[in-house]
Amino acid sequence: MSEAQKHVWEGAIPLQIHLHESEVTTLPPPPPALVLAPRLGYLPLLISLLKPQFSSTLPPGVDTIWFEYKGLPLKWYIPTGVLFDLLCVEPERPWNLTVHFRGYPSNILLPCEGEDSVKWSFINSLKEAAYIINGNSKNVMNMSQTDQVELWGSVLNGNLETYRRVASKLKLGTFEDEYMENVSSVLIKSPQSPGDTDVTGQVKTGRIPVRLYLWTVNEEFDDFEDAPQIDNWDKVSYINRPVEIYKEDGKYFSLNDAVKRILPEFFPENSFVTEGDANINQIEEGESSSDPGSSCNTLEIAEIKFVRVQGIEPILDIPFSWVVNNLMNPEYFLHMCVCLKVSKSNAVQ
Amino acid sequence: MPRVCNRRGMDLKDDAVKGIVPWDGTLSSFDFSLSAHTFSDKWKRFNPSFPAWKWITCPKQHHLVASHKVEGYLSLENMCHIKSSQEQESDRSLTWKEESNISQREEPFDKATLVCPEHEVNHYDFHIVYSASYRVPVLYFRSYRSDGQLLPFNEIEKDLPGHSAKLRSESKWTFITHEEHPYLNRPWYKLHPCGTSDWMKLLFHSDSSLNKNGFVIEQYLISWFSVIGQVVGLKIPLEMLDTVVSNDS
Repeated sequence: MSEAQKHVWEGAIPLQIHLHESEVTTLPPPPPALVLAPRLGYLPLLISLLKPQFSSTLPPGVDTIWFEYKGLPLKWYIPTGVLFDLLCVEPERPWNLTVHFRGYPSNILLPCEGEDSVKWSFINSLKEAAYIINGNSKNVMNMSQTDQVELWGSVLNGNLETYRRVASKLKLGTFEDEYMENVSSVLIKSPQSPGDTDVTGQVKTGRIPVRLYLWTVNEEFDDFEDAPQIDNWDKVSYINRPVEIYKEDGKYFSLNDAVKRILPEFFPENSFVTEGDANINQIEEGESSSDPGSSCNTLEIAEIKFVRVQGIEPILDIPFSWVVNNLMNPEYFLHMCVCLKVSKSNAVQ
Repeated sequence: MPRVCNRRGMDLKDDAVKGIVPWDGTLSSFDFSLSAHTFSDKWKRFNPSFPAWKWITCPKQHHLVASHKVEGYLSLENMCHIKSSQEQESDRSLTWKEESNISQREEPFDKATLVCPEHEVNHYDFHIVYSASYRVPVLYFRSYRSDGQLLPFNEIEKDLPGHSAKLRSESKWTFITHEEHPYLNRPWYKLHPCGTSDWMKLLFHSDSSLNKNGFVIEQYLISWFSVIGQVVGLKIPLEMLDTVVSNDS
C-alpha cells in the first residue's frame, strides 16, 4: 500500500450545493448544503445527505436527483473527482454545484435509478477493465455475492484496506506486482492471459485501462483563470481506449508517451512505432514517412497544455507505470483529463 | 494443434509467431472498418428492401491528421416497427418496414390502420461501433416515436423478440444496458459485448472452410450480426453467409 494510494483514497472535494431556484417553494430559500465529497465517489450517492436538507421545500413530484455546474448537467457515472478536474480548470473551493430533484434531462443524461445504477455502472467498468488487462472478465463475473457487496461497500465507504483485500481476488494486480522503485528498471510486464501460449521471442504486451477526457483549445492562456469555460459536453472528447505497452529493456514508458499513443490523430509519429488499437495501414505509413516536410507539419498539430490525474498535474516525464499503480480509480481505470492546444485553424471550440 | 487464424495488421514481430498463437475472437479497429464495408456491401446486395447500413466517419476533429485512418461506425436508421393485432398473435416476430413515405400511413387500405385506428409506429436507429476495450463490434440502438420523443425501455421491451425480453428481465444490468453513445454523447441502449470474443471464436472454429488467410476478418461482422441481430429481431438472409458467393466475387 503506497502513500500515494492512501492520499488518493482520502481525496475529497468541498462542495457547496444549492437547490435550484425552480424547486424552492419556501421563503427564505434553504441554505446550501456543505458536503465533502469523495473524489472516487459518484454524485448521486450524495442523496442521503441532501434529501433531508432540501425535502421540506421541494414541490410535489417524484425525486430524480441530478446536478449541474454553470448550466452543464453533470454525468453521474464519471467519478466526482474527475468531473472537478475537468470542469474546474482553476480549482474552485468550495465547488458550487446546483442540485435538482425534478425535471431530469433524459435526452442528455443517462437515467440514474439510485445507488443500483451507480453500482452496476461501476461493476460493468470493472468487467471492462478486467477484459482489457486479462483478456476476459471471468474473475469479475465469478465474484461471489458476498465479495461483490464487500467490494462495492469499500468504495462507498472509502475503505482502502477492505478494497485491497477483495480486489486482490480479481487478480488484476499485475502492475503493482511488477512495480519497482528504480526508475531505470521500471517495466510493465504483460499479464499472462489464460490459454496464452508462451513462445520464445513472442512480444509481451500489456494493455492498461484508460479513460481520457480531451479538451482542445486554440487560445494561449497563461493562467488557468483565463481558461475558456466548458459549457457543452460536445466540447469534451471522451476517449475510452486502452494503452498498449511493449516491454523494452532499458527504456521506460512515460506519461507523455502514453497520452500521445492514445491520441494518434494529434500525435501521428507515435502510430508509426506500433500498430496497436489505433491502427494504420502499410501504404499510409509509407507515404507519410517518405515526405519529411509532411511529417514535420503533422507534428505541429497539437501541444499538451496539461494532463490532470486525481487533481495533480504530474511532470510528463514521470513513468507511466507509477501513474497507473498509484492514481487509478477503484474500477481499475486511469482517468486522465487532457488539455491540448491546437493550431487556430484546426481548433474545435 | 489448436486452430489458428491470421490477423491482418499484426506487426513484424507478431509475424514471427504466425500460425502459433490461437485467435482470440477479436479484431483491430482497422479490421473492423474492413469488415464493416464487406457487411454493408452484402447487406445492400441481399437485403434490398431494407435501408442500407451507412459508414459514418468520426466527428470532425479526427480529420486533423490526413494520414490517420479515419474511424467510424455503421448506421442503420429510421427503421419502423408497426404494431398490429396480427403481430400479437404470432410469436412476437418483428415487422420491420422502411418509412419512405410519411403519408403511407394515411392510405385507406393500410391493414394496420383498419385494425387499430390509433396504432403507434416506433422508430429505431441501430449503430455498430467498435469497442477498443473489448476489441469487438458493439450494437447500440435507440427508439423514438414519430414525434421524436424517446421511448422508455419498458416500451422497447414490447418490441423485442420474446427470448430477448425474457433474458433482459433476468439480467437487467448486464445484458442490454443504457449507456452513452461513444461518439454522439447521448444515451443509447447497448448490447453488452463482454462475451462476444468467446462466442465469435467458437463460431469460426465450427466452420473450417472459413479458416483462410484474411477471410475471417472480412466475414467477421456478417457472422457477428447473424447472432446479435436476432436479439433485436433483425435477421440476415442466408445468402449473406454464403462463402461460395463471396469467393467468386
